[in-house]
Amino acid sequence: MVTSVTSFGRSGLSDWLLQRITAVIMTAYLVFVVVYFAANDVDYASWLALNQCLPMKMFSLLTVLSIAIHSWIGMWGVLTDYVTVRLMGAKATALRMLFQLGMIAVSLLYVVWAIDILWGI
Amino acid sequence: MLTVSVYRYNPETDAEPYMQDYQVDTKGKDVMVLDVLEMLKAEDNSLVYRRSCREGVCGSDGMNIAGKNGLACITPLSEVVKNNKLVIRPLPGLPVIRDLVIDMTQFYAQYEKIKPYLINDTPAPAIERLQSPEERAKLDGLYECILCACCSTACPSFWWNPDKFIGPSGLLQAYRFLADSRDTATEQRLAELDDPFSVFRCHGIMNCVQVCPKGLNPTRAIGHIRNMLLRSAA
Ligand code: SF4
Ligand code: SF4
Ligand code: FES
Repeated sequence: MVTSVTSFGRSGLSDWLLQRITAVIMTAYLVFVVVYFAANDVDYASWLALNQCLPMKMFSLLTVLSIAIHSWIGMWGVLTDYVTVRLMGAKATALRMLFQLGMIAVSLLYVVWAIDILWGI
Repeated sequence: MLTVSVYRYNPETDAEPYMQDYQVDTKGKDVMVLDVLEMLKAEDNSLVYRRSCREGVCGSDGMNIAGKNGLACITPLSEVVKNNKLVIRPLPGLPVIRDLVIDMTQFYAQYEKIKPYLINDTPAPAIERLQSPEERAKLDGLYECILCACCSTACPSFWWNPDKFIGPSGLLQAYRFLADSRDTATEQRLAELDDPFSVFRCHGIMNCVQVCPKGLNPTRAIGHIRNMLLRSAA
């Protein structure tokens, strides 16, 4: 059992599962938006109406949360592969913490910002 | 004449590793890479490598042959020689002790972690613990592993985290005991593996499958472990 404090969930299984679920949500959102634009003659009024309805806000928020979680798990994986004491020496830990905390902060900020935008429509 | 370029490093005399070229006359025969190394060794006694069985059973002569990990004793020249040249290096990712000999401590430490022995607390029967042919069949494709380390040292996830990621070889063995009907420690074994590194560092790159000289499939075994973890958590 290897322990780690900076991974998203506590277990490898939950991270792995979340990575897949969030990928499906992001894909669904992308497909929906592309199809919506392709199938409809979108103008400002209809785009506004779509984004004002609650289910769409929730779908958008879910997607933003998915992006945050997906990138947290993914970046954590990349950073613990390459920014490690084995590869870079003692300074790696501080550097990796800096990157990780920065990434987590940015993700959280984006989520809050997205909520602000979505519920401001 | 075949040109053989061999990775050389003796920490007692060399500041850093270098490649040394040898000329070998194989008399046109398609011999094994190990035979070529024996010819080199007869000429240059300072060349060091491991080998024992010379028939793909002991797993001691895993090395990087023409860029791909394999056992020198069962790799024929015809498979690896290009333009009359052959390049031989030690297995990548682990410390080199000398020439083609690597320090496998980390590899064995991962193997030890998965408790590679049957655990069974039920009272031992008078003669032996029996398995049905079907139960026994589940071990096929798992028990044949000879711990040559060709797979784990070909795995990028193992290169970056050899102290945390168990690696394909160890995980194949982990599944070998998870799948054994005589083992009763399934829950404990799974609990030990459910962290973000031990199993989940596998990204399905499948280098392990590509190189295994015994034709085994660690990626499939890792998938089985993941499914067992899912089922036990669901
Ligand atoms: S799985 Fe194959 S390559 Fe890996 S250690 Fe076992 S025999 Fe060697
Ligand atoms: S499939 Fe998994 S264990 Fe095999 S080489 Fe790829 S990452 Fe390593
Ligand atoms: S010498 Fe035993 S496997 Fe090659």
